[in-house]
Amino acid sequence: MSNATDVEAKIKSIIADQLGVGEDEIKPESSFIEDLGADSLDIVELVMAMEEEFEVEIPDDEAENIKTVGDAVNYVKTHKK
Amino acid sequence: MSEGFKDKVVLVTGGSRGIGRACAQAFAKAGASTVVISYVGNEAAAMETVGLLQQSGAKAEAVRFDLADTAACAGAIDGIVKTHGRLDVLVNNAGMAIDGLVMRIKDEDWDRQMDINLRGAFALIRAASRPMMKQRAGAIINITSVVGEMGNPGQAAYSAAKAGLIGLTKSVAKELASRSIRVNAVSPGFISTDMTSHLDDELRQKMVGGIALGRLGNPEEVAGAVVFLASDAASYITGEVLKVNGGMYM
Repeated sequence: MSNATDVEAKIKSIIADQLGVGEDEIKPESSFIEDLGADSLDIVELVMAMEEEFEVEIPDDEAENIKTVGDAVNYVKTHKK
Repeated sequence: MSEGFKDKVVLVTGGSRGIGRACAQAFAKAGASTVVISYVGNEAAAMETVGLLQQSGAKAEAVRFDLADTAACAGAIDGIVKTHGRLDVLVNNAGMAIDGLVMRIKDEDWDRQMDINLRGAFALIRAASRPMMKQRAGAIINITSVVGEMGNPGQAAYSAAKAGLIGLTKSVAKELASRSIRVNAVSPGFISTDMTSHLDDELRQKMVGGIALGRLGNPEEVAGAVVFLASDAASYITGEVLKVNGGMYM
């Protein structure tokens, strides 16, 4: 889990698992709500799954700014220990 | 009814005696495969309940934790999900009252009643909601009280906590409905348990006089409502507060 592509791959797999979408549908610019069909509970579950996987804390006010897959990848890359 | 809870895993807090024990037994009789009870003080009663549940053919176990310890609440839920693979029904039954007129309530007694009756239920719901969301199924039943609806002198803290459970029930019912998780409350009236056994005869007679059915309720009569709300027979009921009070308060 050391380099950037690993983070992207892992996040894709978490999203695919949570939202029941194919990994090929998940692009960096995909919006969780508009493109991937997530609702507010899905977002909370995704945030919690990413917190567990990468051992990061994602405060609620930060989570509000994570709207696309790319936002999530960037957040984890910046904050991961 | 007996097929309705096949393969279901149920947790009843405060399950060692009284209403909690009756609920645990009713789930076991309704065919639940695994019934877990929690307790804090009375280990002998908890073990006796486990024995009774096993006689009904359910897998049964007792877990010990203090509802005031939110980390322990989360740990208990995690343990059940790890051991049994799922959690289908959570019954927040455990409760306690420290009676006293409002001008005499100590801060620590207020806090203790909030922690046990309200915050503990919240902590268990918070922990259980995630596995239930993943399952896309679940039923949560919070045992409130008639005093949370109508008030009672000497029980400002207890009734505030029980009224709080009603608000908790309705908000969580709305939050989790899209995942097919139903959240309801059962509001018992004057039920014959250890909690009501200390009342003197005069007060008891006075209270019975206010009950339309003219008698105290039995724990089993509360358990029947709880099992109903957890069952598929109640599949379109969520956010409800079901009164089981013999007409004491309508």
